Amino acid sequence: MINLNQVCSKLDAKILLGEDQLDREVISACGADLMSDVLTFTKRKTLLLTGLTNIQVVRTAELSDLCAIVFVRGKLPGKDIIEAAKANDIPLLVTCYTLFEACGRLYEMGIKGCPHKVFADE
Amino acid sequence: MSDTKKMKVTYEVAPGDFERAGEASSGIKRLLQRIGIPAEVIRRIAIGTYEAEMNVIIHAGGGIVTAEISPDSTVIIVSDKGPGIADIELAKQEGWSTAPDYVRQMGFGAGMGLPNMIKCSDKLDIVSVVNQGTQITMLFYHVDKESK
Repeated sequence: MINLNQVCSKLDAKILLGEDQLDREVISACGADLMSDVLTFTKRKTLLLTGLTNIQVVRTAELSDLCAIVFVRGKLPGKDIIEAAKANDIPLLVTCYTLFEACGRLYEMGIKGCPHKVFADE
Repeated sequence: MSDTKKMKVTYEVAPGDFERAGEASSGIKRLLQRIGIPAEVIRRIAIGTYEAEMNVIIHAGGGIVTAEISPDSTVIIVSDKGPGIADIELAKQEGWSTAPDYVRQMGFGAGMGLPNMIKCSDKLDIVSVVNQGTQITMLFYHVDKESK
């Protein structure tokens, strides 16, 4: 089992929120800046890696029951975004790695993509 | 809930207010959680409602979101007095979008909204009249599809 704490170490990530939630299990992950895709294709408990730092990212994570959000490329969200995540119990991490590199590091750990593949009829 | 008991909640969606976009969906999600609906079902309802809510904010200058919750199902009705959809079949196609660039920069407007509402719900009806408005009705049975 891989947890958020291990994800955090692998990505040299800083914890912005949810220090007490680092034992959360990470089963699968999704790297996206398009929240429409996250809403369409992910499953519950998926970890989201994104370069977007707006309120819609937190809303998407809240409504899709995502595990946590990792902001890539060192992008820091505003205070209002952190407050919104706090109200919804969503851990926030920030890593200086790019989206591709961060996803690659997690894949190397054994975390799979959610979804693995998208078929035309889905 | 007893068999005869139904609940109805209504939210007003303010035009162009992206900061508050998703509040109606979030409120409905919390209510369903309190009632004890399965998490997978709540997730589908929340996502379907959020997609519709975003559409109303992006395209229609605000509208009304209503949830009618019965023991076995939830009906979400999202209505607006916006410009309407000229070609509904086209709007149902993945990737078809008329959203402006600033919406795309927020991570939306990819032409996935209506297709995703269809995917999440058990039944979707859409009535739209150009220059008068659009009403989307989504039916969700309280049946966990993942554990089947």
